[in-house]
Amino acid sequence: MDYIIQFVISFIATACFGIIFNVPPKTFFHCGLVGAIGWTVYYVLTEHGLDVVEASFLGAFVIAIVAHTYARRFKMPMLIFSVAGIIPLVPGGMAYNAMRNVVEDDYLQGLQYGLKAFLITGAIVMGLVFAEVFVQLVFRAKHASKEKIQMVKKSKS
Amino acid sequence: MILKEQDNEFTLDCLLLAGRIMIESGAETYRVEDTMLRMARSQNMPDAQCYATPTGIIFSLGKTQPTRITSISKRITDLQKISLVNSVSRRLTSHIITLEEAYDELKSIQKTNYFLPNHVQILAAALASGCFLILFKGIWSDLPITLVAGGLGFAMLLLMNHLTRVKFFSEFTASLTIGLVAYLAIGFGYGTQIDKIIISSVMPLVPGILITNAVRDLMAGHLMSGLSKGAEGFLTAFAIGAGIAVILSF
Repeated sequence: MDYIIQFVISFIATACFGIIFNVPPKTFFHCGLVGAIGWTVYYVLTEHGLDVVEASFLGAFVIAIVAHTYARRFKMPMLIFSVAGIIPLVPGGMAYNAMRNVVEDDYLQGLQYGLKAFLITGAIVMGLVFAEVFVQLVFRAKHASKEKIQMVKKSKS
Repeated sequence: MILKEQDNEFTLDCLLLAGRIMIESGAETYRVEDTMLRMARSQNMPDAQCYATPTGIIFSLGKTQPTRITSISKRITDLQKISLVNSVSRRLTSHIITLEEAYDELKSIQKTNYFLPNHVQILAAALASGCFLILFKGIWSDLPITLVAGGLGFAMLLLMNHLTRVKFFSEFTASLTIGLVAYLAIGFGYGTQIDKIIISSVMPLVPGILITNAVRDLMAGHLMSGLSKGAEGFLTAFAIGAGIAVILSF
């Protein structure tokens, strides 16, 4: 039940971000869906004891894969679907804690939080990049196999 | 001969306009270059060269052809414009529309404001802030004040963007407003967890597009664009942090 609530709320949050970033009106729903899927993956993984950094990586990976699928279906840049989707994963809380500690003159603790926020950002970024490479490889393989089948068909006929 | 030169000038205008709209709306630099080169190739200019950065574009149609520079000073996030230009370029490269039609369409895209009205955007920001409060495991009784803080912060951002040209200052003021609202709310007993309220209300200001674009540009080999966008994103984050820090240091 908790997961369903999280899914619905992250859907609304991401769709609102779609409005702020002004995505094309007919893709509001899909943008929200991308964000909700990514956040749910992240939430389930962290609830099951996975580290935040790894969970962020996997969440971003899933977001980018779904965004790529939609980008190909709608023939629109992939950016439109992924930008709003990654917002919930951004380590706002960590960055806030880092800054609060720095303001309170507790630099060591602040550095610790800051480094963690930096790591999470890096993980999100790597997730996006890995997914992009992965999708490209898959589509290249698909393309190549299609050509091969056509060649075989031609040589048979 | 003269006619042909004019023709090239027109092509150049059209391509630069497309590139300009894309960069101003926050597209990735490598996509901008790719789009412009594709459009050039569809107009029988196979050796066109393009060099785009977040602050300007240099485009040449070929060795003996004209070259032009356009400089860009403001960048916002408008995904709808990116997708519209993308569809124009798609139709041009598959020869569904002519260059003249494409130019007219691009002109009208540049002029039109596709953003939803301000109050809808502020409402969306407020709603998003409220949702983030729940996602970050805040308590439900803090929800009203988060909605107010998120909405006010975003309204402040829009207002300051309208008044000044310094982007970082408007983000600073917006986060300062959020911090102030949250601080006062705690003081008057309308909220309990100041941390959660501030974090969720600040979320609509997060420079999401800059982070994604910086990395995608870096990975595509556009080191200059990637680094400059990364710097912009870092400065934005810093401005937001500074605004909150002022409140917290009281």
